Amino acid sequence: MPVSVRIPQPLRGLTGNLSIVPGEGGTLASCIEGLESSYPGMRERLMDESGQLRRFVNIYVNGDDVRFIDGLATPLKDGDEVSIVPAVAGG
Amino acid sequence: MSVNVYIPTPFRHLVGNRASVKAEGATVRNVLENLDVQFPGFRQQVFDTEGHLAHHINVYVNQVEIENLAGEATPVASGDEVAVIPALAGGAGPTVMTPEMVERYSRHLIMPQVGSVGQRKIIDASVLIIGAGGLGSPVALYLALAGVGRIGIIDFDVVDRTNLQRQILHQTADIGKRKVISARETLEAHNPNVNVVVHETPITSDNAFEILGQYDMVVNGADNFATRYLVNDAAYLLKKPLIDGSILMFDGQATVYLPGKGCYRCLYPAPPPPGMVPSCAEAGVLGAMCATIGSIQATEVLKLILGVGDLLVNRLLLYDALSLEFRIVKVRRDPECPLCGDNPTIHELIDYEEFCGAPIPHATPA
Repeated sequence: MPVSVRIPQPLRGLTGNLSIVPGEGGTLASCIEGLESSYPGMRERLMDESGQLRRFVNIYVNGDDVRFIDGLATPLKDGDEVSIVPAVAGG
Repeated sequence: MSVNVYIPTPFRHLVGNRASVKAEGATVRNVLENLDVQFPGFRQQVFDTEGHLAHHINVYVNQVEIENLAGEATPVASGDEVAVIPALAGGAGPTVMTPEMVERYSRHLIMPQVGSVGQRKIIDASVLIIGAGGLGSPVALYLALAGVGRIGIIDFDVVDRTNLQRQILHQTADIGKRKVISARETLEAHNPNVNVVVHETPITSDNAFEILGQYDMVVNGADNFATRYLVNDAAYLLKKPLIDGSILMFDGQATVYLPGKGCYRCLYPAPPPPGMVPSCAEAGVLGAMCATIGSIQATEVLKLILGVGDLLVNRLLLYDALSLEFRIVKVRRDPECPLCGDNPTIHELIDYEEFCGAPIPHATPA
């Protein structure tokens, strides 16, 4: 279990209500593919049709937004924490 | 009786550039006279030609202004903190705190981070709250209790029964009442010193500058993406701090945008397609969540007014109530941001309904 992935509430329907799931290392892209095979539907929630990360869902690696690191190519190493944080608008 | 006297910058040249000096005396009058003995010239700075304390000088004993005590005859005891504060030139004159206010705000006044000077900053501040709903309710209530002098509330809606599970500005008897009116009644009942300004309208690209421009800072309690992008853009273009918060189900987020240090577009460059992220009406929200996030927003407003502590700037607070975890991730100013980046393309307010592909609720006449 090289990395842990924090799943936001709106996506926990895909993970059987788990808030933290194990993920594969390598890059963020390979991590998302791993999530997709364990939890089908995850890729579509995180990436658009053109394979880009959706612009209203942020993914952080150890608290840093991957858009400011290397996007889907952001490297992941053992013990990294990946957080998925979608925009919410409720007030 | 030796007291500590705080010396503000304009008078420090008289006392060897020290911020604090010791002085002797049994009353404020004695202390001020003793200062003149120690530091010749002090008298001319604080007394008028008739030998009374000049009108533009305020003296505080342990953070309470002496006009609320016994004036120049106020007794002082060993170890007391005395501060001699001139009203700054160009201001509208010092805010006078009534004895009622001194008592009401006493738990603020005794804190060194607030004190009499800080409480006056709160009283002199103006804050606009977007929405008198789940977040706007606790924010408005705590800011009113704190004494924020002018609180603007913008909301076009009417109280309905589904609001009452979380919107603490409104009560059962308010059903059917305009939210801004219900809000004003509640806030005035809690603190009659506060001026509550109501804006009974949806916020739109046409009125946002005019309304936001009347306030020092803006608190976001909007319930839809279009309004959130609109408020973000308007606040940035007017260089107003934006204290942001949002909630859904058991999740909450909060952050503070200071102009030039990143904005909502840096955090979330584009809104979700309609229907992709549910609203509170569609997915629900635990009522008590509003208090957690709203209270953080109100606290950040007060810190910003007081100039104390580290603001929630460049940081996004994530609150997961189910696992009871607070986490913080970084918010960066995006050099590519179309609003606040290095080569901005947004210089005025746009059509946010088109941008979000969804109408701002009730913003367009049916």
